[in-house]
Amino acid sequence: MPLEIDIEHIAALARLDLTDEELERYRRQLPAILEAAARVGEVAAEHVPPTSHPVSRTNVLRPDEERPCLTQEEALSTAPAGESGRFRVPRIVEAE
Amino acid sequence: MMAADGAKDSWLSDLSAHELTDLLRSREVSAAEVTEAALSRVQAVDGEIAAFLRVTEDGAREAAAALDAAAAGGEPWGPATGIPLALKDVFTTKGIRTTAGSRILEPYVPPYDATPWVRLREGGSILIGKTNCDEFAMGSSNENSAYGPVHNPWNLSLVPGGSSGGSAAAVAAGEAVWALGTDTGGSVRQPAALCGVVGMKPTYGRVSRYGLIAFASSLDHVGTFTRDVRDAATLLGAIAGHDSMDATSLEDPVPDYGDALRRGVEGIRVGVVESWLANEGTQPGVRDAVRRSIDLLAEQGAQVDPVELPHSDYALSAYYLIAPAECSSNLARFDGVRYGLRVDPGGDVERMNRATRGKGFGDEVKRRIMLGTYALSAGYYDAFYGQAQKVRTLVIRDFDEAFGRFDVIVGPTSPTVAFAIGEKANDPLAMYLCDLFTIPADLSGMPAISVPCGLSEGLPVGFQIIGPLLGESVVFQVAAALEEAVGVSERPPLAQAAATSGPPQDA
Repeated sequence: MPLEIDIEHIAALARLDLTDEELERYRRQLPAILEAAARVGEVAAEHVPPTSHPVSRTNVLRPDEERPCLTQEEALSTAPAGESGRFRVPRIVEAE
Repeated sequence: MMAADGAKDSWLSDLSAHELTDLLRSREVSAAEVTEAALSRVQAVDGEIAAFLRVTEDGAREAAAALDAAAAGGEPWGPATGIPLALKDVFTTKGIRTTAGSRILEPYVPPYDATPWVRLREGGSILIGKTNCDEFAMGSSNENSAYGPVHNPWNLSLVPGGSSGGSAAAVAAGEAVWALGTDTGGSVRQPAALCGVVGMKPTYGRVSRYGLIAFASSLDHVGTFTRDVRDAATLLGAIAGHDSMDATSLEDPVPDYGDALRRGVEGIRVGVVESWLANEGTQPGVRDAVRRSIDLLAEQGAQVDPVELPHSDYALSAYYLIAPAECSSNLARFDGVRYGLRVDPGGDVERMNRATRGKGFGDEVKRRIMLGTYALSAGYYDAFYGQAQKVRTLVIRDFDEAFGRFDVIVGPTSPTVAFAIGEKANDPLAMYLCDLFTIPADLSGMPAISVPCGLSEGLPVGFQIIGPLLGESVVFQVAAALEEAVGVSERPPLAQAAATSGPPQDA
């Protein structure tokens, strides 16, 4: 059964504006790639545990000591827009 | 006198780091001369190769002058001191623009340095520039860079491989003596194979990823490009070791990798992945070169037997779920707020996010973000991402079982030699097959190297050697023995043409 993918929905989840041409291309390509990738289901049995990292380290801690970090100025130096020592962005909350 | 200096510039560019170190220590050449040689090679060939996105000539000259002054004051030369370096443009470099090959980071000047770069700079390696790469390291041909393709020094109409194509091409062409890249699905080993240089991907966590622009965090490895195995051992030794800034960084002590180089392969148990040689995508010329190399190892006393990795066929499928899933999450940070491009069509912040990302990311990056977003979305997570993580376990078990019987596992690095620019650009699935033999060692985190093992139709073939976790020394041991048995590697025609003369006979 060929995969049906709601490309507009996925693009919205991914916060991507796509052109009509891109939407059409991914509508065509993604099912083919995902069907090839879905082969993982042929061998991944119930009892096999998942691996997230090849070399796992747990509870990696360091001494709780102050150390140098970026200054506010440095952190803002790369921002497209800043104001009063903060990142400036378009409005986030709907106006009343 | 002037003519002799000009000639020296040319031949210095094709020496290995250890050869240069001998000359630098004996004061036969200065760091300034070595740096000028690299810069003049860049000048001579990079218009055609396009390995570099940015050449840092002022910084390079200043650093070289400082080293020469320190040497005059009696400061000793380390093994990296004065060696020209190229860095893939995914390593942050404070004050030097870093784009990851993407439009979305076009204006980005990082306020901090990546740890591997800090270690090399402190060791005296001289940054020649930042190299071109597939956007966010996603690709196998370097055609996905927003700044245009890189051309293979062996034949300018061919790809150098990817994603670290610029670093591989720069080292092959003598524009840098060594370079760093990153390997998430083969992005160091595959371009090394296609450009005829040595590409080493160490154990996951062996080299800090701090300051790396992330693609897929559980798969990203820093790796090295060099023109011989000895330099690979030196360069890895210079960047390996624990870093408290990377929580996945390993605390195990770093051995002297150089110790392994002269041990030979007598009695070493070599497992040959026969299914990779027999794969229908593996070109006959690649198969022949790899077979000849296996015979050479056997002649040196290695014990050669076939090995099976039953799940390696599924590794590619697992990779194309895990890597896009992780990238869709990692690349969420490019939102037009904190760094890089912003496209503001008016309206709220989410409209700005979407417009910025739509404009700033290229085709392959969008495709992978879409794949990953889908694979992680509600209702599909178990069938895709969850299953892929189980396959990852199976791939690792195959290796663990194999390393119970073998010291190293070998096969081709890439199924093909370098292919034409444009040949696979419109067929993502065909492009993904380039990494068929390199992906397993990324999923398992095991060290793996690609060593040049001869030519097929005039183009370099890479021989891959995989070791167990933290088995870098045995990988270098076998690589060095093979390199010696294969003999002197040919240099790409372009580098030969640029190097107009050899060393002066009467020094």
